[in-house]
Amino acid sequence: MAEEVKKDVKPEKKPIDPNSSKYKLGKIIQDHYREVAEAKERGEKIGWCASNFPQEIFQTLGVKVCYPENQAAAIAARGAGEKMCDIAESDGYSNDICAYARISLAYMKIKDAPEQNMPQPDFLLCCNNICNCMIKWYESISKELNIPLILIDIPFNPDYEVSDAQLAYVKGQFLDAIKQLEEITGKKWDDKKFEEIMAISNRTSRAWLEATSYTKYHPSPLNGFDLLNHMAVAVCARGTVEAAEAFETLVEEYKENVKTGNSTFRGEEKHRIMFEGIACWPHLRVTATGLKSRGMNMVATIYADAFGLLYDNFDELIKCYCNVPNAVSLEKARDNRIKIIEKTDPKGLLVHTNRSCKLWSSFMYEMSRQIGEATDIPVVSFDGDQADPRNFSEAQYDTRVQGLFEIMEENKREAVQ
Amino acid sequence: MYYLGIDVGSTTSKAVVINEKKEIMAKEILIAGIGTDGAERVYQKILEQIPAEQIAKITATGYGRKLFAKADTEISELSCHAKGVFHTFPETRTIIDIGGQDAKVLLLNDKGRMVNFVMNDKCAAGTGRFLDVMANILHLQIGDLQEEYFKSTMPITISNTCTVFAESEVISQLANGKDKADVIAGICISVANRVASLAKRVGIKEKVCMSGGVARNQGVRDAMAKKLEMDILFSPDAQYMGALGAAIYSLEEME
Repeated sequence: MAEEVKKDVKPEKKPIDPNSSKYKLGKIIQDHYREVAEAKERGEKIGWCASNFPQEIFQTLGVKVCYPENQAAAIAARGAGEKMCDIAESDGYSNDICAYARISLAYMKIKDAPEQNMPQPDFLLCCNNICNCMIKWYESISKELNIPLILIDIPFNPDYEVSDAQLAYVKGQFLDAIKQLEEITGKKWDDKKFEEIMAISNRTSRAWLEATSYTKYHPSPLNGFDLLNHMAVAVCARGTVEAAEAFETLVEEYKENVKTGNSTFRGEEKHRIMFEGIACWPHLRVTATGLKSRGMNMVATIYADAFGLLYDNFDELIKCYCNVPNAVSLEKARDNRIKIIEKTDPKGLLVHTNRSCKLWSSFMYEMSRQIGEATDIPVVSFDGDQADPRNFSEAQYDTRVQGLFEIMEENKREAVQ
Repeated sequence: MYYLGIDVGSTTSKAVVINEKKEIMAKEILIAGIGTDGAERVYQKILEQIPAEQIAKITATGYGRKLFAKADTEISELSCHAKGVFHTFPETRTIIDIGGQDAKVLLLNDKGRMVNFVMNDKCAAGTGRFLDVMANILHLQIGDLQEEYFKSTMPITISNTCTVFAESEVISQLANGKDKADVIAGICISVANRVASLAKRVGIKEKVCMSGGVARNQGVRDAMAKKLEMDILFSPDAQYMGALGAAIYSLEEME
């Protein structure tokens, strides 16, 4: 008698509701990479672009770009960070430089990463308001591939406000970048289209900032780590109606969660923390689990809001790009964070000392000390990296998070008594 | 009944048993830390003195805390050191704990509760491992370093914080004919300076107590006191403070 053939029946994955933010946000990322690839196939010139380069320029011109930082984060999160860093280091790049840069330089060379592919560039758009390593990184690509590099120089601002001189300096470069890009791509600037793009970008930013603000609720209707994932859309599609709609849907979902008491944070929210720095992408599961397993929800981060830029006119647009978190003084950076803490009420601060990001990490010791003093919350830091998995120790991370948890438990107990 | 704390560190395993009055009834240490059977062996040595049925509760701490299955509960070594040191010296407000592979500075409030802490970065410079490596190249036992420290008249300066580079620096200083005692004093001062910077970052409040294995080195303690310009509290049981704290947690959780 023939034996019954047993088949492993895998439970069918529930299809994602096409009206959900999850579907819409995922589709935007897929479409983003597809559209750049299609443009390249059509023979259009496409670029690689820094995350905080004024996207209004190429959106207005209808030029497609992709983002090496997003790509590097995706490659690192999918486990190939070390492989790519090794390739760059074998070519002579120091392991002291940013791992996003190393991954990107490796990708430029091998031109294939199954974890996240994207087309090779015909030009580069660089803006150093997010870091200065980026200039050398993009210059290397420009030289290796013999392609033009457009740089908007927005220097670190040691003053609290953006001066008229800085505004004029950046504005001049913005206008020059338009001309350069017109020449490279053959596309023409249209002031009316620029107005439209500015309006859409503001709509997207408003929705994004509203979504991030929902962590103010107790309990928060979302796991703050969600924002680090959604942020990719705020980076690469801020000037599109699709992104605005997706974030508006996200806001509706959070609103509904507040009403019903639901949250994307699984389990009880026992503690609320602020997380400082870029996510440790190669160890995302470990770092998130260390918090989640102790009921610690991340409700505050400066990083997510960095990609929500609100402005009413051209001057304000320029000022926004001068005021992104990594371009401002310690005092302003500290005050921005204190404002977030006051809004969202975290009771502890966990600082990712990110070996890749010297700019972000180097004044973090002093800044987090000042934040801790001003807000009277404990501050704990751990070593890690945004993309190089070798700069992280799970045991060290866990001990620090447990230490923070134990302090927060005691503080909570004392507050109740 | 008795209450047991086991501290499974990177290089050693320690166990302390206390009674209801928090008096130490037994203590054991083995040079076998995480990744060895040190925790089990140190536990068995305790059982030679205290019967298992008289141990009401076991708390594990240290990097290997999650791997000791016989523990009823686990608490970070940060909280345990705070608990153990405050019990021993209630006037302590800052603890400098230097273990085999990490250094930590803890701030306590007047109730002995840890309110903040800072730990060394991923590098093992300024930890017990650094001293181990140095003692090895000098062909000395780790316990001999302090004696040599006090013989020094002109301590050398170790400019490298990296253990590997400092090793070759020490070798070249010896090759240049520097006095062994001066080299050793330089090594102890180097550890103290590095950890003192960490302590200053979190903000030092008197009194300061040193705990952990490296605290037993009088040379490092002396260098630390000079660097911080203050007296340092020290117990001969410095290495047991984590295990003692864990034992006190065992008792308090039963109460």
